Amino acid sequence: MRRLTWFNTTSLTLGFAFLYLPMIILIVYSFNKSELVTVWAGFSTRWYGELLENDAFLDAAWVTLQVAVVSSTVATVLGTLAALVLVRAGRFIGRTLFSGMIYAPLVMPEVITGLSLLLLFIGIGLDRGVLTIILAHTTFSMCYVSVVVSSRLVSFDRSLEEAALDLGCSTVQAFRLVTLPIISPAVISGWLLAFTLSLDDLVIASFTAGPSATTLPIKIWSSIRLGVSPEINALSTILIGIVAVGVISASLITKSASLRQQAEERAAVKA
Amino acid sequence: MRRFALIVLPYAWLLALFLVPFIIVLKISLSDIALSIPPYTPTLDLAAGWQGVKDFFAALDFENFVFLTSDDLYWKAYLSSLRIAAISTFLTLLVGYPIAYGMANAPAHWRPTLMMLVILPFWTSFLIRVYSWMGILSTEGYLNQILGGLGLIAEPLQILNTNVAVYIGIVYTYLPFMILPIYATLERMDASLLEAAEDLGCSRIKAFWLITFPLSRSGVIAGCFLVFIPAVGEFVIPALLGGSRTLMIGKVLWEEFFNNRDWPVASAVAVILLLLLIIPIILFQRNEQKNREAEG
Repeated sequence: MRRLTWFNTTSLTLGFAFLYLPMIILIVYSFNKSELVTVWAGFSTRWYGELLENDAFLDAAWVTLQVAVVSSTVATVLGTLAALVLVRAGRFIGRTLFSGMIYAPLVMPEVITGLSLLLLFIGIGLDRGVLTIILAHTTFSMCYVSVVVSSRLVSFDRSLEEAALDLGCSTVQAFRLVTLPIISPAVISGWLLAFTLSLDDLVIASFTAGPSATTLPIKIWSSIRLGVSPEINALSTILIGIVAVGVISASLITKSASLRQQAEERAAVKA
Repeated sequence: MRRFALIVLPYAWLLALFLVPFIIVLKISLSDIALSIPPYTPTLDLAAGWQGVKDFFAALDFENFVFLTSDDLYWKAYLSSLRIAAISTFLTLLVGYPIAYGMANAPAHWRPTLMMLVILPFWTSFLIRVYSWMGILSTEGYLNQILGGLGLIAEPLQILNTNVAVYIGIVYTYLPFMILPIYATLERMDASLLEAAEDLGCSRIKAFWLITFPLSRSGVIAGCFLVFIPAVGEFVIPALLGGSRTLMIGKVLWEEFFNNRDWPVASAVAVILLLLLIIPIILFQRNEQKNREAEG
């Protein structure tokens, strides 16, 4: 009954054209020689050259990268702990509040999250800068990590862990040697998700960044408020390229890792 | 003991950086604007002891909320946000459902690739995806060039800086959130049900409305919430693609905070927005809970 009728083919073609054409146009026009963004005047890599000479963009990119690496790493640790609590800890006082705090940031409007964190930082007298952006990003991305990791933990066969404990492992050893390797694809995709969320965020960073720290999205935002700019087209193309390469290779790696793991799990159960 | 240590760290983090900030927003929404640093009164003076705490609570009032009801701008912005989000959610469903349907009916070995093609845009910068439409929709943009070149329009269409551009922006950026849950329900569907319906003389279209669509309902509901809830508070899309007449509450909050520097009113706007969203958020959680139970 599964078949590719003309209807399905058309809807897939139109759908993917809609999803990808705007980005393809952006990439093509980033190689436009003209300063007038919408008028094609021949091929050139001029805007890439100008972009690389623009220190403001390079500085912002560096800040963004630092924030993303630190916040996604801390968020992965906290989010994995939170997932273990959600799936394993059973009942404890305040469990409903805890799971509410995990799920709420996923649907919370960014303006509210940003505003509330800013008011907190000002309330406790913390100077706004790289540190406050990192704290803000860690908080919302740990929730995404914990959702990703807990969905893997739910389907995890606990008898493997029990076997390790029976064979004399301590709980920490059992976690490190058995549980962690099995949930690691989910932990890695959680980290990647946290990393891209951090790279991407404009609204929360705008609230929590002080004058001392500008991230790339904030910089892009201030240039495109005035309209389309060829430098931003070039920058967008570079970012899209990095993401495309990253996502495709990550999905290939996690696919082969999860296949291998399933085979190992099966072998372990059989033996 | 170890279990306790496991719970405490993420719990304390979320309490300090998620819950406490909301209590602060709530408190500031009840304060008054002041020409000082921080720009509101009262501030809690713990050094004054119990009297200080009493003075602090006595100075809080609902003045900002009364102000929100007195100025047309705010309730119009809330209504208009809800309307724009609802229209965009419906349009996203119209665009997303056929794609999810096509994916679920594609040959099995294509599906992982199609899935990745849907997810890929989600990983690229949201800001860039919104920005890419500015060049397309502007009066001298690519769309007007094509339509003009084909002789379909005499005058360039004004799409950028209107609500139509906002709808397009929301549909475009939130489409993966609609496609994925619908695809998940359609893919699980038992195809023999459709065969049975056709054997019993159902037309293909009738079979769709009687069987396929009802069975994908939980995915449709999840997708709609995932688009609607964040769209209500959206700031980037109305700010870049919308016009001066596009009223959305996320934009109002931003301007109240950054341009007018009225923190108490901005906080009151945030509190009401949250109250508006609590109902859809709870309904969404219920739907998810029901799905998990149905699966498990």
